Amino acid sequence: MLPTCKNAARHLGSMIYMVGIVIVSHSAKIAAGIKDLVDQMVRDHERFFAVGGTSDGSLGTNPVAIQKVIEKADMGDGVVVLADLGSAVMSVGLVKEMLDSDLSQRVILADAPIVEGAVSAAVEASFGSSLQKVVAAAQAARQIEKIC
Amino acid sequence: MHAKEIILQIAATVIAHKDQLTDLDRAIGDGDHGINMARGFESVTAKLSPLADDTAPAEILKTVGVCLMSTVGGASGPLYGTAFIRLAEVAKNGFSPDNVEIMFDAVIKGIKDRGKAEKGDKTMLDALLPAKEAFAEALRGGSSLYEALHAAALGAQAGSERTKNLLARKGRASYLGERSIGHIDPGAASSALILQTLDKFVASVRG
Repeated sequence: MLPTCKNAARHLGSMIYMVGIVIVSHSAKIAAGIKDLVDQMVRDHERFFAVGGTSDGSLGTNPVAIQKVIEKADMGDGVVVLADLGSAVMSVGLVKEMLDSDLSQRVILADAPIVEGAVSAAVEASFGSSLQKVVAAAQAARQIEKIC
Repeated sequence: MHAKEIILQIAATVIAHKDQLTDLDRAIGDGDHGINMARGFESVTAKLSPLADDTAPAEILKTVGVCLMSTVGGASGPLYGTAFIRLAEVAKNGFSPDNVEIMFDAVIKGIKDRGKAEKGDKTMLDALLPAKEAFAEALRGGSSLYEALHAAALGAQAGSERTKNLLARKGRASYLGERSIGHIDPGAASSALILQTLDKFVASVRG
């Protein structure tokens, strides 16, 4: 069981971080599906969030909704964002400009495949790893060979 | 400057071309450009209509930007949203020909910053860059602001048509590779449409 109080853990000498993860997809179903997949492996509902679709439920991304979810996902140690296609990436870029500048600095868009990257990031984050480590885990998912 | 009226006309034109823009996007993209743009500009119309006719252009343009980025849904949301927000910043300095040229540059830079596209990638930039060049050239040749805007609209139209021969390197169309050649880029088409509407408006005001 991981320590839940990060300050106590820091006093003990081992740094435990609470890094939030946000999935941004064009599709609310893809976003929710990735969350289901991750929840099956890491039962860590507090730090994993998914957002997808436009304000009227069509396929697309809504920067205002993304901003709210990123703000919710940040527990002080930063947020790793994984996005699907081009305009999701652009929307996240826009949101980073709209966020409070302190928070914006600890929000990182991982250059990673969204499904594999989400699983890798969630597993790494569940160990209490730092923002940089969680981003690295997500990006390392690019190198995973599916057929060896 | 009749900022509110100009934007409402642009909105009406974009909404009227919803099917045409969607058809272009259906050929090489995800088939929603017209639908997304119409949704965005319907929301812009609703947001601007209650504002006073003489609301400052910078405020109008910022409202348009925020509205588009939060309602469009596709790539054109963050792209046009960023463009209008950057326009709003420059609009505070008025509409002298030189400042309008700065506005073109601000839009182009905003779209490049957001979309990371360059000239020839088959995007809205391939309408906006020739528009800006035509505008600047007209001004250097002694044209008035209105004449230069007309040149810009023609430049955008020609640039938009030339995207037909380009291979898409950005956006959903890039997944089609060579098969993207032979179709006009929907974003370039909507950019040209916006500039044409602006041109028609200023021509009608001048009589």
